[in-house]
Amino acid sequence: MSESFRLRAEEALLPSIVALLIALILGDVLILMFGESPAHVYGRMIEGAWGNPYGFAQVLYKTTTLTFAGLGIALALRAGLFNIGAEGQLAAGAFGAAIVGITLPAGTPGLVAVPLCLLGAAAGGLLTGGLPGVLKAKFGAHEVIVTIMLNFVVLALLNWLVVEHLRTADTLHTPEINAGAVPRLSEFIPAFHGSAANVTFFFAIAAAIWCWWYLFRTPGGYAVRATGLQPDAAEYSGIRVGRVWIKAMALGGILAALGGTNFVLGYKHYYEDGFTGGSGFLAIAVAIVGRNHPFGVVLAAFFFATLSQGGLAIHALVPKQMVEVLQGIVILAMAASVPEVQRALRSARKVVAA
Amino acid sequence: MNPFDFITQTLRIAVPYLFAASGGLVAERAGIVSLTLEGFMLSGAFSATLGSYYSGSPVIGVLAGAAGGLLFGLVHGIATVRFRADQVVSGIAVNLLVIGLTQVVLMLLFDSSSNSPRVEGFQAGLSGFGDPLVWMGLASVPVVAFLLYRTPFGLRIQAAGEHPEAAASVGINVRFVRYVAVAISGVLAGLGGVYLALDQHQFTNNMTAGRGFIAIAAVIFGRWNPWLAGGACLLFATAETLQIQLQGVGGIPSQFIGMIPYVLTIVALAGLMGRAVAPAALGRAED
Repeated sequence: MSESFRLRAEEALLPSIVALLIALILGDVLILMFGESPAHVYGRMIEGAWGNPYGFAQVLYKTTTLTFAGLGIALALRAGLFNIGAEGQLAAGAFGAAIVGITLPAGTPGLVAVPLCLLGAAAGGLLTGGLPGVLKAKFGAHEVIVTIMLNFVVLALLNWLVVEHLRTADTLHTPEINAGAVPRLSEFIPAFHGSAANVTFFFAIAAAIWCWWYLFRTPGGYAVRATGLQPDAAEYSGIRVGRVWIKAMALGGILAALGGTNFVLGYKHYYEDGFTGGSGFLAIAVAIVGRNHPFGVVLAAFFFATLSQGGLAIHALVPKQMVEVLQGIVILAMAASVPEVQRALRSARKVVAA
Repeated sequence: MNPFDFITQTLRIAVPYLFAASGGLVAERAGIVSLTLEGFMLSGAFSATLGSYYSGSPVIGVLAGAAGGLLFGLVHGIATVRFRADQVVSGIAVNLLVIGLTQVVLMLLFDSSSNSPRVEGFQAGLSGFGDPLVWMGLASVPVVAFLLYRTPFGLRIQAAGEHPEAAASVGINVRFVRYVAVAISGVLAGLGGVYLALDQHQFTNNMTAGRGFIAIAAVIFGRWNPWLAGGACLLFATAETLQIQLQGVGGIPSQFIGMIPYVLTIVALAGLMGRAVAPAALGRAED
């Protein structure tokens, strides 16, 4: 292992480890407040998430959505832009996929229908992610605020479309899609029976590999990273920063939107109002804990999915909202420890060098 | 509906926005991003409920609510000022933390996953104006405007948000100013939550329901000016009153009226109605 690799790994991994330790300790305190033993509660969580095939499959299902949305946020962050819009992008993607699936005639072969549905989802992401990118590049509108506000607009718009035009009676969801459904994993692994985990999990892994290749092995990805590190320098070196911003936000939106297919193509086969349930915000934690690296995002998504699935298993002992508290602590500790750990590492190295 | 009722209803709806927007404005002018308003409000609402429940006095409730907002104001302050955490990330974490903690403590104390028992509020009267919090909410705009523009500390807040290095070079303790500003924003936004909880005589899960984000929208749409931000709060509240009144009458779908604050904010940021320019050092940690 080369020295520079070790240094980079330290800087990338240490803040995450510090943050998780802090969350673990504060979590202990909370669990003790409920008069339970932390070891017992954490044991139950792990048991509920990994101890049986159904729980594990549910973790994979949740990992899928979080990976897509986390990649969408991480890619934009690599360009120096904070995409808070994943919640709306997930919904727009799910809706786009559902519309295509409903429009296609029944019996359309999957090899045609699935790519078309994915395109529908991508279109939703392109619109909801691209718009903030354009407003940033052309007018300097801050992407954080625009994406937050756009979440509300997109969700209200979709709510209106579903309630007024598309709903099946007495529900808040669209009719089922005629084509484009993908198989559940339980069709190949019978032990996963009853779980929503489906083939889009592999799409998510493929998306992560593509992201890694794009960011670290293509000129386009180099431009994204250069822009994120130092936009002025990137501009002087001939990179059109405005274009990179638009592209990164659009790609980020598309990636996050594809996460919506996990629900629509793989699980329920319809778009339902409010199905995202905050995954788009949790994905911010995923991107940050994953240090904006595509493979880190997959691991972090798996971690948060485990936490969320494990939270269901501890409900008899402590409220399941404990998990939300832990998530908040992880994010806060992460945000606070990144600059701190980097500074500590640098000064430690100076001492060693001297 | 007669015009008097329309106006009083609009003002009542505006109260939480006015509190939170005034608070958010102070923090943002000092250079601290205020995506935390939602969490401050929720914490204020919850703490006020606890205070009023255990003391039986709404006044204690108000004080407890202010303290609840202050607590998370300081959490955000310590994370972003002391530890130089990314302000957007810290804001999201604070919101998530408050949503989770309020539910966990609600379970712990009242064994309920949805709401607290009924608590004592103020005698608001039919118009709602018997509630002192309504007057405090309306007063928060001129108070913040006076603080920012007419006091030495207000000038320091502006300096910390526009040019922290220059401020530091003339002896202003930028970190201290930012701590105080974010504390003020916690207390004010907390009071916005207090009004909601005491007005409804109970705490319900996530009862702020995105009002903190409407308040941020008001700050931006009001171009970081307290008077304009206050005006934006009233504008958004008017739209909401219309939405409530028009229900069942037909006309514009309620979802579209609900979108007004967010769409206007995006339009304002895009510079289509005169540019909204943020404080220059907003979001930047002080070195």
